[in-house]
Amino acid sequence: MVSTGLIPVLVTTFLASAVEAVEMVAIVVGVGATRGWRSTIFGAVSGFATLAVVVLALGLALRQIPIGPLRLVIGFLLLVFGLQWFRKGIVRVAAQGFAGMGAAASDQFDEEWKGPGVDWTGWFLAWKGVVLEGLEIAIIVVSFGAAANNYRAALVGGASALVIFLALGFVIQRPLRMIPRSFLQLVVGTLLTAFGTFWSVEGLGVDWPASDAAILGLLVVYAVTAMLYIARQRRQSTAVRVAA
Amino acid sequence: MNGRIWSWIIAVPRFLYNFIVGDDWTVAVAVVAGLIVTGILNANHIVAWWLMPIVAIVATAVSIQRNYAAK
Repeated sequence: MVSTGLIPVLVTTFLASAVEAVEMVAIVVGVGATRGWRSTIFGAVSGFATLAVVVLALGLALRQIPIGPLRLVIGFLLLVFGLQWFRKGIVRVAAQGFAGMGAAASDQFDEEWKGPGVDWTGWFLAWKGVVLEGLEIAIIVVSFGAAANNYRAALVGGASALVIFLALGFVIQRPLRMIPRSFLQLVVGTLLTAFGTFWSVEGLGVDWPASDAAILGLLVVYAVTAMLYIARQRRQSTAVRVAA
Repeated sequence: MNGRIWSWIIAVPRFLYNFIVGDDWTVAVAVVAGLIVTGILNANHIVAWWLMPIVAIVATAVSIQRNYAAK
């Protein structure tokens, strides 16, 4: 079997894996900034451990994993939870605007886990994001590696995308602390709702127009929806105050 | 030991309920119904990707309004 050259396989695998890595980092960083980092990092590390076990156990048989049902279940869970944050974020931003922007994030609607032990919600969200996206990267690496008969280049492409975007996530987590949690909750709720919609529908076997780029379209649609709902909430509150 | 096992048996369904249903069951029901209809449309070769974004947007509006009315 003829193997394809190093550079084409490496670049293709890197770009395909980068899309999944960005999605993984967006979920982990968003959840960490909103719920707190300890349990989120624990969830992400548990996700990588789960992934390592699955990859080691299945090896090249990874391509046989039914990714559709997995996307449907994880997409559904992200969607129902994301919609809770999406709604709470809209109500809270409508109530207090962007008060606290630039200060150390702390407001009356703080969602950060302050109890003892593990915040299982933060853990679960991070774990799911890492397992699903990591599995997709692993499948991309195995599929591209097999198609090109060059597993080493595919592995380097997939791993480098993961490492680069994880490092980027580490860099951006500090500035996120300056954003009020109510606004951050709205942003993360929008992200989770967009990813959840995309995966759950894709898991049913439905093709999205423009494939993965549809996530950007969903983000725009939900962001515009949030702005419209915030404006409407404010008008309603003002009308009630004037009537009183 | 038994008490610890019982606390897990109670805690896991409670966690899943809070995670999936939260404080407004109508949103979870709308999502499940939307996904079922999407699956049916897709099985009948009808373009179905547009349905869930609409379900999410409408369910959020209804939930916000219910929350507002409750106050």
